Amino acid sequence: MTLEIIGISVLWMFLFGYVIVASIDFGAGFFNAYNTLTRREHILTNIIERYLSPVWEVTNVFLVFFFVGVIGFFPKTAFYYGTTLLVPASIAIVLLAIRGSYYAFAMYGSYGHKGYTFMYGISGLFIPASLSVVLTISEGGFISMVNGNPVLDYFGLFTSPLTWSIVVLSITALLYISAVFLTWYANKAGDSSATDLLRKYALIWSLPTMITAGGIIFELRSHNPEHYARILDLWWVFGLSFLLFVGTVWLIWKRKNYGLAFGLLTGQFALAFFGYGVSHYPYLLYPYLTIYDSFTNEAMAIALIVAFIAGLGLLLPSLYLLLRLFLFNKDYVRGNKDYHA
Amino acid sequence: MGNEEAVFFSRILTELTLSFHILYATIGVGVPLMIMIAQWVGIKKNDEHYILLARRWARGFVITVAVGVVTGTAIGLQLSLLWPNFMELAGNVIALPLFMETFAFFFEAIFLGIYLYTWDRFENQKKHLLILIPVAIGASFSAVFITIVNSFMNAPQGFDLVNGELININPLLAMFNPAMPTKVAHVVATAYMTSAFVLASIAAYRLLKGSNHIYHKKALFLTLKLGLIFSIATAIIGDFSGKYLAEYQPEKLAAAEWHFETEENASLVMYGVLDDGEVKYAIKIPYALSVLAHGNPFAEVQGLDQFPEDEVPPLYIHYLFDLMVTIGISLTGLSALYVLATWRRWSFVQTKWFRWILVAGGPLALLAIEAGWWFAEVGRQPWVLRGIMRTEDAATTSGQVDLMLALFAGLYLILGIGSIVVLRRMFKKNPVEQEIEDRRKEQDGDIT
Repeated sequence: MTLEIIGISVLWMFLFGYVIVASIDFGAGFFNAYNTLTRREHILTNIIERYLSPVWEVTNVFLVFFFVGVIGFFPKTAFYYGTTLLVPASIAIVLLAIRGSYYAFAMYGSYGHKGYTFMYGISGLFIPASLSVVLTISEGGFISMVNGNPVLDYFGLFTSPLTWSIVVLSITALLYISAVFLTWYANKAGDSSATDLLRKYALIWSLPTMITAGGIIFELRSHNPEHYARILDLWWVFGLSFLLFVGTVWLIWKRKNYGLAFGLLTGQFALAFFGYGVSHYPYLLYPYLTIYDSFTNEAMAIALIVAFIAGLGLLLPSLYLLLRLFLFNKDYVRGNKDYHA
Repeated sequence: MGNEEAVFFSRILTELTLSFHILYATIGVGVPLMIMIAQWVGIKKNDEHYILLARRWARGFVITVAVGVVTGTAIGLQLSLLWPNFMELAGNVIALPLFMETFAFFFEAIFLGIYLYTWDRFENQKKHLLILIPVAIGASFSAVFITIVNSFMNAPQGFDLVNGELININPLLAMFNPAMPTKVAHVVATAYMTSAFVLASIAAYRLLKGSNHIYHKKALFLTLKLGLIFSIATAIIGDFSGKYLAEYQPEKLAAAEWHFETEENASLVMYGVLDDGEVKYAIKIPYALSVLAHGNPFAEVQGLDQFPEDEVPPLYIHYLFDLMVTIGISLTGLSALYVLATWRRWSFVQTKWFRWILVAGGPLALLAIEAGWWFAEVGRQPWVLRGIMRTEDAATTSGQVDLMLALFAGLYLILGIGSIVVLRRMFKKNPVEQEIEDRRKEQDGDIT
């Protein structure tokens, strides 16, 4: 295994972490807003706030970690993606900033207002949409080199069916992930009406997730045949992922073992995510940038990997402690005591 | 938009983001330490007031942290979005501390969440104090690592540049560059100092506005003692910083001091205005610049005549330097006076006018932070990497920077107003008298 592969694997792992925790967060915001709109907020608000409050800051770190790591391991990405992503990334930053700070304002400053709840829910859908544009761009065809500098073709990007399929996938998948997780969490809290409602959402969003995921593979056939061929080579990974999907839906349908259902869902997305990542190999930006020609020098790569291992030694026990104190603590989950600052 | 405009707007946007971010970041670095000290004092003295102090600070701190986190994310991404050529080059050498900063941030985020939600969970307050230690360490270390990145831009080393190619890269050498010790120490010490004065401002303000509670008096005395300690530390480190500049970045020191000609027995120029290359109305302290630069009143100090004209930083940094130093020294004197007077029981510190001065301390400290950063950053111009890459070669070629500037300016306006409104409301609705009363009722309820 080369240093390049280790680097990209580490980063891909963190991006996956972000996809899961951010999906739960964004989805929770959306469901909460939707229920507020339909005057059913009393069912979900408590469950969602109890889960989100201690972890909202951690969610943000996963994203920072990913992009700092990318620049660290692959400094040339700064040149290509930095120049072209100014507008979509800035929009995502602004939305993230409003969303993150509003959450703190509302939770700790008791500044709750229905309009904000609604904005909060909607912004959660725009962020993955603006971030997932990066995935579309990485497929190639939207960046051209003018005088040695990369330029993004906005018109081509916004009229491409591939762009919109990826956007739709990111939104349906996040609603699905979030609903499955929250079903499990609500069930643990012994809140049967929240569980029922979230279970319904999980089932509703499962199908569109599958359909768009399949659609994207189909669109890649004409957009980037090389990538499509590599996906077909890995058909068994995606097949396995589909089986796990069936398992999750079946468990939720039967109202059985929500914890295992969430485990299967994580496995499903991990397989699909890594399958997609591996099939993208070796390109970071098709066809300009591969992981080999953008990789940093060896001394820095080794230093980063050492720092990464040392950092994980510190982080994993801390994350475990966080989960034990909140996610897996009965008193806390059920809201028996108010531990709020 | 031409490249020149893109460079201009990129500089403005970066300056705007950083100027906004450092207000919250400075508080974010310093306040956890203050909370930790208050809680520790509370446990040691078995005094509920200090515990309550820690608790109320922690609650306000969350709001500032939230804005600090989101604007920090913004500047983190903007580095690559606005300065892609810089990041492409520097990323090869300086990625390590940047990466470590996110670890420190991660560490802090996890334990801050735990800390905020375990106030009544542990019987023993000491356990709760233990959770605060990683928060304070994480906060301080993110400042340490990110300042290392900045000091690298002032004194790049740890690589060889041969025909535009970077070779022989040594990430550790790049981290431990000559600018690093003074810069890191100065940033951390001033963050502690500023936070202490900001918290003192709040206590003084409450005392002025009618609440004569012993709680606020304890808060004021504690924070000003801490403010005194950290402002003395800042002054000592400031002296070392001057010696660093004389040795490694003489053009920055010379521009800050309007020291045009290289000479021995150099005098320090304070205040004054620059009119057609002539210094007017300035106070000159003989030998002081030689002492600041080399610790020797007769030493020679390099002047601006030693540098090509296109490598001299803008001369207005003199005003920023003066502003920073003046505020720093005044706050040291102010806190020393207060602490001494309290020990000696001099009554004038209880008067209204003196308390108004204490209220001004926090905002002034924040202003000094801004002035100091502007001085340090503008003093590095025209380089983004001193001696290696000029700022105009580092910026993006994108044509939409001006639009993004408007977008972010709007964002910071909303965040600034939002955080002030929320913080005010939070403490107005729940004054300390009310909270003490509520807690007493709660405890009585537990007993019966």
